[in-house]
Amino acid sequence: MRQWKKLLMIGLTVALGASIATAMLNVMLDVGDKINEELKTYGSNITVLPQSEAVMNKLYDVENGEEKNEYIKESQLGELLTIFWANNITDFAPLTDTEVSFGGKNVKLVGSWFDHHLEFVKKGTTYQRDTGIINLRSWWDIKDGKWLDEQKLDSANYAMIGAELAKEQNIKAGDTITVNSEKGSQTLKVTGIFESGDDEDQCIYTPLGVAQKLTGSDGMFKKAEVSAITSPDDELAVKAAKNPSLLSGDEYDLWYCTAYVSSICFQIQEAIPEASASAVRQIADSEGKILEKTQLLMSLITLMSLIGATLGISNLVTSGVMERSQELALLKAVGATNGQVTGLILTEIIATAIVGAGAGYFMGYAFAQIIGQTVFSSSIEMSGMVAFIVIVLIIAVTLVGSIPAIRMLLRLRPSEVLHGGH
Amino acid sequence: MSLLELKDVSKVYGDLHALDHANLTVDKGEWIAIMGPSGSGKSTMMNIISCMDRPSSGKVIFDGKDITKESRRKLTEFHRDKIGLVFQQFHLINYLSAVENVMVAQYYHSMPDEKEALEALERVGLKDRARHLPSQLSGGEQQRVCIARALINSPELILADEPTGNLDEANENIVLDIFRQLHKEGTSLVVVTHDPEVGEVAQRIVRLDHGKIVSDKKNDNFSE
Repeated sequence: MRQWKKLLMIGLTVALGASIATAMLNVMLDVGDKINEELKTYGSNITVLPQSEAVMNKLYDVENGEEKNEYIKESQLGELLTIFWANNITDFAPLTDTEVSFGGKNVKLVGSWFDHHLEFVKKGTTYQRDTGIINLRSWWDIKDGKWLDEQKLDSANYAMIGAELAKEQNIKAGDTITVNSEKGSQTLKVTGIFESGDDEDQCIYTPLGVAQKLTGSDGMFKKAEVSAITSPDDELAVKAAKNPSLLSGDEYDLWYCTAYVSSICFQIQEAIPEASASAVRQIADSEGKILEKTQLLMSLITLMSLIGATLGISNLVTSGVMERSQELALLKAVGATNGQVTGLILTEIIATAIVGAGAGYFMGYAFAQIIGQTVFSSSIEMSGMVAFIVIVLIIAVTLVGSIPAIRMLLRLRPSEVLHGGH
Repeated sequence: MSLLELKDVSKVYGDLHALDHANLTVDKGEWIAIMGPSGSGKSTMMNIISCMDRPSSGKVIFDGKDITKESRRKLTEFHRDKIGLVFQQFHLINYLSAVENVMVAQYYHSMPDEKEALEALERVGLKDRARHLPSQLSGGEQQRVCIARALINSPELILADEPTGNLDEANENIVLDIFRQLHKEGTSLVVVTHDPEVGEVAQRIVRLDHGKIVSDKKNDNFSE
């Protein structure tokens, strides 16, 4: 009975260690995508510019240098749906900005897609995607009215206005405004007032067609923002970012087939030759650093839980062997070898540990889902590889934890235990 | 013909000579009682005879073979095949039934055979108690299970350490009757005891004091 309690305690210790290891390893493997998804709410991580403008930006090391009138064809944006990492591109939108006069002052008007339904046909295949700044500007707080519904409204006649500008001009949702540019004027109905917390609070956002009309750039856009799920940069990514042609064949294949921000940019440029795609470094770097630190934290928690389990098992097995010293000495006295007695103890413990690890795995599954829902508001995908790793770790922990008890067992002398002293 | 010989055997623990140049011969089929006060070296001698301990010096010869320098594994095998042990405290495994306790010795010797184990229990008059746990048996019954376990692998020598030390007179007599029967069947017996009544039924009495054999005499009162 006492040994059953002991084995139950060993099982519980293993289950606890296994559950934490399972939860942490699963969260660790899934956390990359989760953090990426989280960071996507802070906007795009890739900017697509016309080649010439990108070269100027690079030369002068500025993101938004002197305004150029270089454009990319809007029709080419559909090419993003055809690249190898298309499924990692969660959202994208073209943007064309211009200065317009409104309410007696010059304000910035930005034309873009809001929730644009894109259909793109290439080599007989039709690609479709609903995309736009509704997702790329998910942090906008709509103070009045609602988002501009591009698919339902006659997009040419609607706009959204930044909160500061709206307050300054005393504009509310439902009002009509008129903006003027060198190319003409446009009357727009305001669907909503947004607060972004930055310079955009002074802007007017319209569908892309309005900006194209006001700049005389039909079917064109100035830049595009792309939000993609990427892998954190490593040495290979850094090397490739400098110049992909420096990579060996194998390195190139590995880089190309990994969702590094640089390889996605490279593929965007392949798809749209007159464009230059570059990473928004703050976002890409943050992703990598947050991911690294989160994974390090999870690894440490896993390690600590396994060390705790090892110490727990060590204590329990050692005290179990001490309590059973007469029985084990008797087995030696009736002819059991050290190997047989050790095998007996290890079999009991490993069998208990495997049962505990099984229970711990399911507990870990529950913990992982609680962490996923609490921290990321989504479920954590369970990896089959984790089950294998946990079993290997638990067997290792059990064996290491049993070492002191096995040493004691090997030193156990039946002559001393069964007959007393001399 | 001698089954066991201790030649000038000593066992030293630091300054303590637990066994001091002891010489002993046990013939096949002989029944010997080793007697002496506490600390005289009885248990040390028994541990050396049973191959569970090694002498500091001297030789142990069993069935003509010097086993003094054998490896631990060889000694374990030798002890398992040739010697049956009976303990004062019985040392039964408390979660196994009587027959299972007997089968444990079979398991580490060859393979468990319940029929044989039941026959061994029948020899000590306990077949009807075979399915009982040790806690459900009296002290005498537990000792008889212990004897059945010692007998199960047909050892050449039965070594008993104070076999009646925890028993009342009735049970003591039952155990001694079993020993008489074993002796009649030709089993060699070495019984360590400080009880004169147990010593007096043996064929030969060896007395130890401070690790030395102080007397080694045939028992004139011995009767089959």
